[in-house]
Amino acid sequence: MLAIPAIAAVACLFSSAQGARWIALIATLIDLVLGIGLWTSYDIGGAQWQFVEDAGNLGIFSWKLGIDGFALLLVMLSVFLMPVCIGASWVAVTNRVQEYMAAFLFTEVLMIGTFTAQDLFLFYIFFEAGLIPMYLIIGIWGGVNRIYASYKFFLYTLLGSVLMLVAMLWMANFAGTSDIPTLLRTDFPVKAQTFLWLAFFASFAVKMPMWPFHTWLPDAHVQAPTAGSVILAGVLLKLGGYGFLRFSLPMFPEASAQLTWLVLGLSAIAVIYTSLVALVQSDMKKLIAYSSVAHMAIVTIGLFAFNRQGIEGAMIVMLSHGLVSAALFLCVGVIYDRLHTREISRYGGLAINMPRYALLFLFFTMASIGLPGTSGFVGEFLSLAGTYQVSTAITLLCTTGIILGAAYMLYLYRRVVFGDLTKDDVRAMPDLSLREIALLAPIAAVALWMGVYPESFLAPMRKDVATLEARISRATPAGDSLPTPGKAMALPVQHAEARP
Amino acid sequence: MHSILFIVFLPLLASLIAGFANKGFGSALPKIVTTGALFVSCALSWPIFLHYLGGGEATVTPVLDWIHSGDMVIDWSLRVDALTAVMLVVITSVSALVHLYSWGYMEEDPDQPRFFAYLSLFTFAMLMLVTADNLVQMFFGWEGVGLASYLLIGFWFRKPTANAAAIKAFVVNRVGDLGFMLGIFGTYLVFNTVSIPEILRLAPGMAGSTIGFFGGRFDTMTVLCLLLFVGAMGKSAQLGLHTWLPDAMEGPTPVSALIHAATMVTAGVFMVCRLSPMFETSPFALTVVMTVGAATCLFAATIGMVQTDIKRVIAYSTCSQLGYMFFAAGCGAYGAAMFHLFTHAFFKALLFLGAGSVIHSMHHEQDMRYYGGLRKSIPITFWGMMMGTLAITGVGIPAVFGNPLAIGFAGFHSKDAIIEAAWASGNHGASIVGIIVALLTSFYSWRLMFLTFWGKPRWEQSEHIQHAIHDAHGHGHDAVHAGHDDHGTTAAHAHHGEAAEEGQGSEPHGHDDHAHGAHGHAVPLHPVFTTKGDGTGGYHPHESPFPILIPLIILSIGAIAAGFVFHGYFIEPTAGEEYWRGAIAFREHLMHEMHEVPLLVKLSATIAMLTGLVGAYIFYIRSPGVSQKLAETYAPIYDFLLHKWYFDELYDLLFVRPAFAIGRFFWHRGDEKTIDRFGPNGSAWIVERSSRVAGKIQSGYVYTYAFVMLLGLTGAVTWAINIWATSK
Repeated sequence: MLAIPAIAAVACLFSSAQGARWIALIATLIDLVLGIGLWTSYDIGGAQWQFVEDAGNLGIFSWKLGIDGFALLLVMLSVFLMPVCIGASWVAVTNRVQEYMAAFLFTEVLMIGTFTAQDLFLFYIFFEAGLIPMYLIIGIWGGVNRIYASYKFFLYTLLGSVLMLVAMLWMANFAGTSDIPTLLRTDFPVKAQTFLWLAFFASFAVKMPMWPFHTWLPDAHVQAPTAGSVILAGVLLKLGGYGFLRFSLPMFPEASAQLTWLVLGLSAIAVIYTSLVALVQSDMKKLIAYSSVAHMAIVTIGLFAFNRQGIEGAMIVMLSHGLVSAALFLCVGVIYDRLHTREISRYGGLAINMPRYALLFLFFTMASIGLPGTSGFVGEFLSLAGTYQVSTAITLLCTTGIILGAAYMLYLYRRVVFGDLTKDDVRAMPDLSLREIALLAPIAAVALWMGVYPESFLAPMRKDVATLEARISRATPAGDSLPTPGKAMALPVQHAEARP
Repeated sequence: MHSILFIVFLPLLASLIAGFANKGFGSALPKIVTTGALFVSCALSWPIFLHYLGGGEATVTPVLDWIHSGDMVIDWSLRVDALTAVMLVVITSVSALVHLYSWGYMEEDPDQPRFFAYLSLFTFAMLMLVTADNLVQMFFGWEGVGLASYLLIGFWFRKPTANAAAIKAFVVNRVGDLGFMLGIFGTYLVFNTVSIPEILRLAPGMAGSTIGFFGGRFDTMTVLCLLLFVGAMGKSAQLGLHTWLPDAMEGPTPVSALIHAATMVTAGVFMVCRLSPMFETSPFALTVVMTVGAATCLFAATIGMVQTDIKRVIAYSTCSQLGYMFFAAGCGAYGAAMFHLFTHAFFKALLFLGAGSVIHSMHHEQDMRYYGGLRKSIPITFWGMMMGTLAITGVGIPAVFGNPLAIGFAGFHSKDAIIEAAWASGNHGASIVGIIVALLTSFYSWRLMFLTFWGKPRWEQSEHIQHAIHDAHGHGHDAVHAGHDDHGTTAAHAHHGEAAEEGQGSEPHGHDDHAHGAHGHAVPLHPVFTTKGDGTGGYHPHESPFPILIPLIILSIGAIAAGFVFHGYFIEPTAGEEYWRGAIAFREHLMHEMHEVPLLVKLSATIAMLTGLVGAYIFYIRSPGVSQKLAETYAPIYDFLLHKWYFDELYDLLFVRPAFAIGRFFWHRGDEKTIDRFGPNGSAWIVERSSRVAGKIQSGYVYTYAFVMLLGLTGAVTWAINIWATSK
């Protein structure tokens, strides 16, 4: 899986523009097929780590890959979105097509690598290297302000990861190994955990992004080409959540428990703050970017709820957001390709001349605001249900996101799709082409599937969540040690006899 | 009972076919498929209802696994019991009739497939709601109907007012849903399940316990019930969260009849009744339900008295009648609440569809000031509306003075039951509110009838009618009935849309003020109308086509008979117990006491009804100047009512504007001026350098630079960590 896009990327560099497109498409499709093969042959309830591939020690780190349920789902998300990205750039990118396709294929390699790495330093390399193609995609194929945006993006993410590298060095030194499965069983001293946790947090919080480290995201999205936004929202934003899940929670359970208040507090602020900011945006991409920050906050509260619903919900939110926000960026891309503006006020009345577009956009809008029956609901519901068990106050604050989310998304939809057709250039816009339908419809189908029968997605990670829950509950007895701000929630006192 | 699968999923299937069918088929196929599906569903529902009338046990039909997470097990399944059976017949009957009605009403609309697809989708979601076996599936239906309502209110999406109303409906409902969701979370936390029968079984055991919520500790069941009730308030447009319902009248009239009168808005009442054993465990929550219900009941009725738009009068009437249902539930008379829900569905759908027929005949004029004397030109509509009015005002002969058998129109039985139950349960205050509102109901209902069907024609000055006449001259008479106006495509409609937004939307200084404010009146006898000719301006309304009239006739039968035929099953102590069989908390004792209330209480509703009728007669037929004078004398009160107690303005000021202002503040002050300034742009030299290295991006300069920085930081932090680690 890693090799095919890598080889294809090199091949792209040496072919014609059209050739590069086809090579990239075929390579990503092959990877998708391999991914589906992986999924179907993944043994639910089998060993924790499957398909392990150990190429032995290579100096300070070893080349060791393998997946558990979390990794499987995120790898699936990556391989699913990649062909979509290539398809989205089919006609929009005409400049340096070969390099562009190669950059995307490298991104795919690095993303899959990050999710499957079984070695601390291997993970770090993939994790950090993943920035580079993204940086190039924004910097070379981006909009007018691309330099500033790519710089901001790079700076933010790099600063965070430096601290993480330091922490990793310390950990490897302490445990005598950089093997992740081994480290997952290592108990670090509680005092050190806080420090390590904060170091990892710096990196993951930026990647997530959590408030107040989020300001790189709107700029990056606005400047990135459509496919860049898709991969950024769809996969790169999941690295932070995956990091929390893979490292912070299981490796530093005590520290996580101590610092839960920090995560929950920042998340609650993020939901309200970024939702309100999204409400006043006049640029479609910025609006969706801010909504992404709000959604990611639902991921973090779910993760730090320390219970099964929360963690499973967080994973589903990640997958759902990966699909839905990617699709929303595609929807923006579709009309951007026609009119070359992201200004919301330039549009209006698209339902009249683009009915198919209106329908798909509506579906993704509804999925984004978590309408039951779509993927968005399952994740949000579980995540918030998990959080409720920890803190009612935080849940109440975060649940206001469903009101604000409805407000800004419907307001966006109304301004773009509803209303009358008054502008001649808007009236001349053709409805979705077959290529565009082929990009959006599969995402809609999966989002619907995840909403109606999420079991397919919950089952692969169920055992891993149980393992994780056991691991963290051992460190945090009965979840009672959580010093959360709204920690008035104890088990209700039984007075059953009080009533005749 | 596998027919339930067909009942629920046929509308979904029909909706998909109608929505995705190739445009080449025209609009006939979607119409036939959806309407056919609904009539089949309806035909399958009635036997189920009749089966439960004979006494039947609840059944659950599993469909599919849904969400399994730890102890939380949520599946798709269809539950049928006596309560569901009532809802099934209400939903499928009204929906089938509304589908049929729309054949006539929407005849000229180019988007009919979309309309019928939405209608059927709505019906599916509503059926999922009432057949839910767990709270989360109920929430699915809850939000599903919300979506359908949003789409249908905004069906004429070119109209700005329709779009605004659609968003408002969705967002206000979401405020309620916030409560519903928190209620579900809390319920899961307490009971470790979201299955409704399980919760109801366990609920009494938790009475009296306390739970932490938002920093304090409260009675467990009160917290849960009130959270869920917030959801019910949103969906059923109760005081505070009611503002979306009147605006929802922007949707086509069949939608108002189906969604905003007969079915969706009653979902809140259904929820409270479904969870009634849970509400029974918290007297405080019940008191809140009753108070909110009574307050809404009174509040909406006062507004309904002065509105001039025929649909808005009925909308406020709906709001008020929903208040009745809630305060019945709050008094513990869940059977009476469901009974009123049942009868209300028929007569309110009838009133809305009748109003739609009037609007159809009057070329989409909705302002009653431009009606008058219509009973001769549209007699069937008139008689249908008449039946609806007799039903809603509660005309009937009470069982007093030796009369053994109370008999009357549908609303008579259910409304009297509520007032008597409120009295019997000791809530005399609520009972008195109920009586006052019965008077107001009678007044505004008859006012509507008198303004519309009696008096002289007054539509000469109506813009809509003038357009109709103009069109008739220009394109032949057929165009008058084309009703193209309604589709929001013509300039006329756009204009109307703006005017409506000013006058009745959220803006405080609307056309009502400008046009008629000087006279401060709601009465129609404006000098302009009486000075010229016969007031018709040459326009003569015609009766609506059969697809519109047939549903009116069928619903009329319901409005006449539903109360008398079914009251035994819903509220009589023995028959009720036998019918409900635990589907709701049935207080048999209360139902007995209902018959023991004082004579005056039994008579009061009838007296109130007659007083309202006489009042409306005096004001609007005998001496029409009186109401105008009253409105002038008490201008502040009149304006207060006309502006719907200024709720929209208040919310705009309190929530909408601040949200946008704070959003802008966070964006500019927070993100740009604070975080970016001290964050990435903070080190000015970095920014400066970034512009300089811009051209060298491929040269690797940035990487060199970044690498140096990385090394430096790594060294520094490693040093720090070592110092710290060795010191411990």
